[in-house]
Amino acid sequence: MAEIRFSGFGGQGIIRCGLITGKALSLYDNKHATMTQSFGPEARGSACSSQVVVSADRVLYPYITTPEILVSMSQEAYDKYEPELRDKGILIIDTDLVKPKPIRGKIQMYAIPSTRFAEQLGNRIIANLVMLGFFTAVTKIASPEAMKKALPGLVPGRFLDLNIKAFDNGYDYGEEVLKTATKKKTTKSKK
Amino acid sequence: MKKVKADPKGVLTGSHYLDGDYAIAEGGLAAGCRFFAGYPITPSTETAERFAERIPSVGGVFIQMEDELASITALIGAAWGGKKSMTVTSGPGFSLMMENIGLACMMETPLVIANVQRGGPSTGLPTLTGQQDMMQAKWGSHGDYEIIALSPDSPQECFDLTIEAFNLSEIYRVPVFVMTDECVGHMHEKVVIPPAEEIEVVERKWYEGPKDKYLPYKLDKDGIPFMVKAGDGYRFHTTGLTHDERGYPVINAECQAETIPRLSDKITDNADKIIMLEEDQIDNAEIVVISYGITSRVSIRAVQLARKAGMKIGTLRLKTVWPFPEKRIKQLAKKIKAFVVPEINYGQVVLEVERCAAGKAGTYHVPHMGGWVHDPNDILNVIKEAAK
Amino acid sequence: MTKEDRLEAKNPSEKFLRMDRIPHIWCPGCGIGTVVTSFNEALKKSKIDLDDVVVVSGIGCTGRVAGYVKLDSFHSTHGRAIPFATGLKLANPNLNVVVFSGDGDIFGIGGNHFIHAARRNMDITVICVNNFNYAMTGGQVAATTPIGANASTAPYGNFEFSFSLPYLAEAAGATYVARWTALHLRRVTKSIQEALAKPGFSLIEVITPCVTLYARRNRLGDGLNLLKYYYDKSVIEHGADTRTLDISYQGKLVVGKFIDKEKPTFLHAMNEHMTKILGDKFVKYGE
Repeated sequence: MAEIRFSGFGGQGIIRCGLITGKALSLYDNKHATMTQSFGPEARGSACSSQVVVSADRVLYPYITTPEILVSMSQEAYDKYEPELRDKGILIIDTDLVKPKPIRGKIQMYAIPSTRFAEQLGNRIIANLVMLGFFTAVTKIASPEAMKKALPGLVPGRFLDLNIKAFDNGYDYGEEVLKTATKKKTTKSKK
Repeated sequence: MKKVKADPKGVLTGSHYLDGDYAIAEGGLAAGCRFFAGYPITPSTETAERFAERIPSVGGVFIQMEDELASITALIGAAWGGKKSMTVTSGPGFSLMMENIGLACMMETPLVIANVQRGGPSTGLPTLTGQQDMMQAKWGSHGDYEIIALSPDSPQECFDLTIEAFNLSEIYRVPVFVMTDECVGHMHEKVVIPPAEEIEVVERKWYEGPKDKYLPYKLDKDGIPFMVKAGDGYRFHTTGLTHDERGYPVINAECQAETIPRLSDKITDNADKIIMLEEDQIDNAEIVVISYGITSRVSIRAVQLARKAGMKIGTLRLKTVWPFPEKRIKQLAKKIKAFVVPEINYGQVVLEVERCAAGKAGTYHVPHMGGWVHDPNDILNVIKEAAK
Repeated sequence: MTKEDRLEAKNPSEKFLRMDRIPHIWCPGCGIGTVVTSFNEALKKSKIDLDDVVVVSGIGCTGRVAGYVKLDSFHSTHGRAIPFATGLKLANPNLNVVVFSGDGDIFGIGGNHFIHAARRNMDITVICVNNFNYAMTGGQVAATTPIGANASTAPYGNFEFSFSLPYLAEAAGATYVARWTALHLRRVTKSIQEALAKPGFSLIEVITPCVTLYARRNRLGDGLNLLKYYYDKSVIEHGADTRTLDISYQGKLVVGKFIDKEKPTFLHAMNEHMTKILGDKFVKYGE
């Protein structure tokens, strides 16, 4: 069982992130995944979020309570949701958009300039896909195959290739970050 | 009752990741609904949006009416025009529909209304959940009548029970409500839509006798009259006034005494056939938690915790809320210590449980005013109290 | 024809009426019956298949028309005849749907539905019998009561401005608009014929005396005199600017056919538009 929160500001495709992840897990990774989102005026403009509860069995309680994974793509969302993140949880941020406080407890933090990467690929609108690729690589909650399979229908058809490219871009960066992290760890332990 | 296989044109066979609102639209299309009239209202609008998007390639009509008064009345017209028809709404719109829900009951018109409940009264909590319209569904229009109300607990059930709602509405010629809520309506989960040939759809009970012998409200052996549609040459009349079997108004106590019990009895006499319950570990239970819709999912967490603590807890989930499962609850009341009824309101269905328990078993309510689902601990605490 | 023959002769409207429901409930001298006669004449003359004609009424004196015509007919709720008719028409586009109801029903409680059905150019014919008050409930003031006229809920006279039905209909988008008095039997018949044949939203307003309530309270006379009073006050001005059609208390009544224009109906527009946008994916509806 895992609880995931994607957060950012309206227009970044935060709800999409939840939808793609939930769809990938429940249709292609053989898990149960319930996605909910914040609605109404509070979902427009300012801090916005979508949540996915993942489980091997049927999800009963549909909302997240103390998430293991928090993805933040804006400072406001980070400030709002960071305090609820579980100790030993995973925090994923957009380096350029979030200035994190010192890490508390045993929280693992992973950072990516997802918006900058998206701009390099030609459109900042796909920053969420870069982030999703990164998220997939570092959390291993969902398989990258399932995530990509979930895209048709959830991203505009004519931009499907671009979205996949963005995903791969984020995913590769995630793998790299993991490798560096393991290397660091091994070096540390050698001391 | 004539059952046929669903028309494949409306059936989106496959596994999908849908929210409850979308699943309701898909359920309607699979059941053969080809007319949708509605008015946008949070948190139900996505059903209308989905239907508007899908219907042009299925073959049918979507129309956004000027208000909910018009929506429900257009459904009644469309049903008499021969179509299976549905709408979706939430609290304030449901209130506006009430008068013509009465007309649908009086004219014995099959149709389906989904209510994605939000917190009320008045504008209340437009974007947040509630289960506060349960009594309104039963009693909201004036006069005596019975309706059928189902309560799905997931997007999958939104799909399944919307088909069931259409089938029941055709069998009993009555409006059927799919009483879901914002949480289920906006929650995305996997929804499996089977192939059309695996979906059973009840056809309208069409009259097939000689034209000049047709009487719109002459009862068949099962107590449900046959139906015809406008344009088929029967030159029939029907009215919201109390009427005889010709459909002619007869405004007196005698005709009223014949008509009114019939409208209710056709539902209550068939309650056993209509009611769908889901029971778990009820045989040796001391406490039975009765719930419906999203609350039944949330309460299972509390039940699991209580069972871990060694308590004997059964669960009874009302997939059908109206007609109410009186018989079953009366039986259980003789055997168990108490019922615990969590619901997202200040006390509605619990009143029916209390009535049926009739003092033979305790009845404990776990209220929630809406805006969110229960904290399972709140339910657990009441279970503990009930067990004392 | 001898006297006996006349007694034996059938009412020419019999074919169109539910004779098992006659006598009707309308007061002697009420104009609703004559409008029904004109309607029956129009059906006869237009030679349409009566099986395809449906009448929907709301609530009120005119609301009872649905119960007397020998057609598929629906007596719905107060104000909701137009949405009911909309559902019927869209479910079975082959039907010729007629809404037959009063001014209180269509323009008071049901006013919103009227303007929206006109806006969409829903292909239905609305026959509105205007008797300037709520008659079934005892003569209360209506959205059509002229300033100065008395009503049971305006015991000191009405001071609210009233709707001009043709003006409202045109502004909302109706493609056929006419107004007559109940004594213009042949003209009402002709207008109904034209409206039935017209694809689109039509309104025929028929000014009718309410002998028992409105006329008595306002001392306007009774019986044939009253029918004749409205007839005599009328001036035929076909094509008149609908902005000039206000009805004042005891003033002249401009009648005639004011609007008769072509515009795609709701279903026609839907089919055209969807075909253009969706091409082969669109399943044409009702054509």
